[in-house]
Amino acid sequence: MSLTQVSAQTDIDALMMSKNNFCVGPMYTYSSWKEYWEGTFKRDNANLGTVSSQMFSVMGNYGISDKLNVLFGLPYVKTKASQGTLHGQEGFQDLSLWVKWMPIEKKVGKGVLAVYGLGGVSFPVSNYVADMLPLSIGLGSTNVTFRGMVDYQLKDFFATGSASYVLRSNVDIDRTSYYTDELILSNEIEMPDAAQFNLRIGYRTNRMIAEAVVNNWTTLGGFDITKNNMPFPSNKMNATTVGVNLKYNIYAVDGLSLTGGGNYVVAGRNVGQATTVNAGIFYILNFTNKKTISKSPKTN
Amino acid sequence: MKNIFLISAVVISAGIFIPLSCSKSVDGRTDNLAPLQPAKTDINAGTWTPVLLTGPTEFAVAAPIATNTPEYIAQVNEIKTWQADLNNDEKAIVKYWSAGAVLRWNELLRELVAKHNLPPYQNADGTYPAPSANNPLAYPQFPFANPPYAARAYAYVAAAQYDALVAAYYYKNLYKRAAPYNVDATVTALIPKSDLPSYPSEDAVVAGAAVETMKLLFPGDQDFIQQKFEEHMRARLIAGANVRSDLDAGEALGKAVAQKFVTRARGDRAGAAAGTPADWAKLESDCIARGETPWYSLESPKRPPMLPMFGKVKTFLFDSLTAVSLRPGPPPSVSSEKMKAETEEVLNYTKNDSRENYRIVHFWADGVATYTPPGHWDAIAAEDFITKNYSEVRWARNMALLNMALMDAAIVCWDTKNYYYNPRPCQLNPAIKTLTGVPNFPSYISGHSTFSGAAAAVLEYIVPENAAKYNALAAEASNSRIYAGIHYRSDCVVGLQVGKNIGTYAANRGKTDGAGN
Repeated sequence: MSLTQVSAQTDIDALMMSKNNFCVGPMYTYSSWKEYWEGTFKRDNANLGTVSSQMFSVMGNYGISDKLNVLFGLPYVKTKASQGTLHGQEGFQDLSLWVKWMPIEKKVGKGVLAVYGLGGVSFPVSNYVADMLPLSIGLGSTNVTFRGMVDYQLKDFFATGSASYVLRSNVDIDRTSYYTDELILSNEIEMPDAAQFNLRIGYRTNRMIAEAVVNNWTTLGGFDITKNNMPFPSNKMNATTVGVNLKYNIYAVDGLSLTGGGNYVVAGRNVGQATTVNAGIFYILNFTNKKTISKSPKTN
Repeated sequence: MKNIFLISAVVISAGIFIPLSCSKSVDGRTDNLAPLQPAKTDINAGTWTPVLLTGPTEFAVAAPIATNTPEYIAQVNEIKTWQADLNNDEKAIVKYWSAGAVLRWNELLRELVAKHNLPPYQNADGTYPAPSANNPLAYPQFPFANPPYAARAYAYVAAAQYDALVAAYYYKNLYKRAAPYNVDATVTALIPKSDLPSYPSEDAVVAGAAVETMKLLFPGDQDFIQQKFEEHMRARLIAGANVRSDLDAGEALGKAVAQKFVTRARGDRAGAAAGTPADWAKLESDCIARGETPWYSLESPKRPPMLPMFGKVKTFLFDSLTAVSLRPGPPPSVSSEKMKAETEEVLNYTKNDSRENYRIVHFWADGVATYTPPGHWDAIAAEDFITKNYSEVRWARNMALLNMALMDAAIVCWDTKNYYYNPRPCQLNPAIKTLTGVPNFPSYISGHSTFSGAAAAVLEYIVPENAAKYNALAAEASNSRIYAGIHYRSDCVVGLQVGKNIGTYAANRGKTDGAGN
């Protein structure tokens, strides 16, 4: 019910690691909501109170070349409801792996245009309970994501837009039947695919990045939570979030950067109206002997 | 500048359209069954003991028209017209319904139970609205098909179908009208042929009884039920299994017999099972008067107990005095050392919430928006019955025995729960966090355990070679409630035994109803 599936840090931004550089670090994310959309009906639930999730992730990004990066992310998630009797859940969630390719980077007009293609896969690394929403730590599907992205930088300002299609595998649950808008006599859930749209606009220099982000996740199919029912993995979960991110390179320690951000669900369906904040520390390990000199604000 | 937009558009569209198309649709376990081909016809089932009927001829069925009359020939031609030009939808409904009438109507009933098993959302003032049978489509829709309601629904439908089939088989054997594919060689049988006489149609009897009882139980879903009925009857015509007069006679008989069950249901006291605020207060004060801690709702806002007067509903397998005698002795006192130890045991299970325990808890939870524990046992039974190639009347008899036991289990269990009004473990110790939702009614005895004990006792009589399996399943269902943190061991151990005692009544009935096994 919360869509906090943090994946590798830069699978949706325009930053690339230079060849042989490996950026890695921990990230902490806290997300919570009190109100949620049951279908389109917005409500709270005194039997849940505030539902929160904490996510401890490790992320990394390696430059095979300046134009081709590979990324990974692995979160450990812990959920809790502040009221009611339901048991919180915790465990390793989904490992995500990405390939990020920047085939085009050229001067267009007064700025620089870059085009990216990304492919990602994520899959559960533990046998967590997907069918205990809203406290499940994930939805249990293996996802394959295709993402097209375009970035344009003009002086110190940039805009990045991307669109993704997320193929989601079916999910097996522990019970032998369930009701969607009909009775299904199976322990397998047909998971609808999803689309994601992301727009980020901001200020980007070698020293820092400050950006505003609008993100939309739309489930392509699925059904609404029925009145006073519990959520289900194949619900039509949609969310539009707005947020800000900050990334700051600490010049005193070569390769060290701090990140922080937050976002808020402004519109949703079958999801919690979550407020999410995150913070991370990243360090670049340079496997060449050259000093990490940024050639552009997009490159580390 | 144009290029920017062009390239952007191409790349972004690629992200959307590249995905491969692959079919993910899920097949249910009974979606692709072979057609039912009974191992024996049970042609003498007209002699079996019915549940409510005074005898198989209580409702008369007129002699069928002869197969050499122009009217019969016209009915055969109706089949031929269908068969001359079959589309895929028509073939699909033949395949679906040929798996068995009792099976399919039981599945449809389970579907309606799951659809309606939703507790009403609270009013703005923190009270809860109650569904109304007279206005079933207004929120909250009628019924709230919780476990007691569901158990009763399964029992009435199954028992009505069984009685109607006993009568139908009597008339089949009396009139001995052959199936159309046996009368006219040019009628294609799209299902396995049978020597069972086709008048009145056993499928129409089952469907007619289902329509009439389900109209009472799910009054807001009549369109859905009627549409399934018509599809079922069409499937029988298309399959060459029945002529229209077989179906019409079967429908009339099924509905007439079911009316007798509907009349019983209207007077079985289930309509008053929700109780009144005065009833709820009395349950609480009686418990306090005994020196015990009463149950209270752990929901917020507090919800009245689920059907606390359901224990007064009229049982099928024994009389009301026997029902009271089946109520077990009291649970350990809330202040006793034994209760402290049992609460501690529950706490320990929930603290050590292993993945295997989640599997067991969720496999058996059968909570909100499911077909409930009685429906789960129907599913378990049905999947075994499918392998036995029972005749329709034997299917109905076995489902009736099972579901009458489950309904009576609900009655004795709810009587016990509300007689002792014992609190749930997480009421006594809020540190207990549950692996599934806490049911909104008192703890002692466990409903899952009572249902499962009863089901296992009936099923081990019906399918003796699976006795060990049913008892293992029942034990796991019972234990799942301790693992989940919502029942003490006493609730489960005693519940399982009470259930077995009730199931034995159904097994004993089976042993003397003339059907044999």
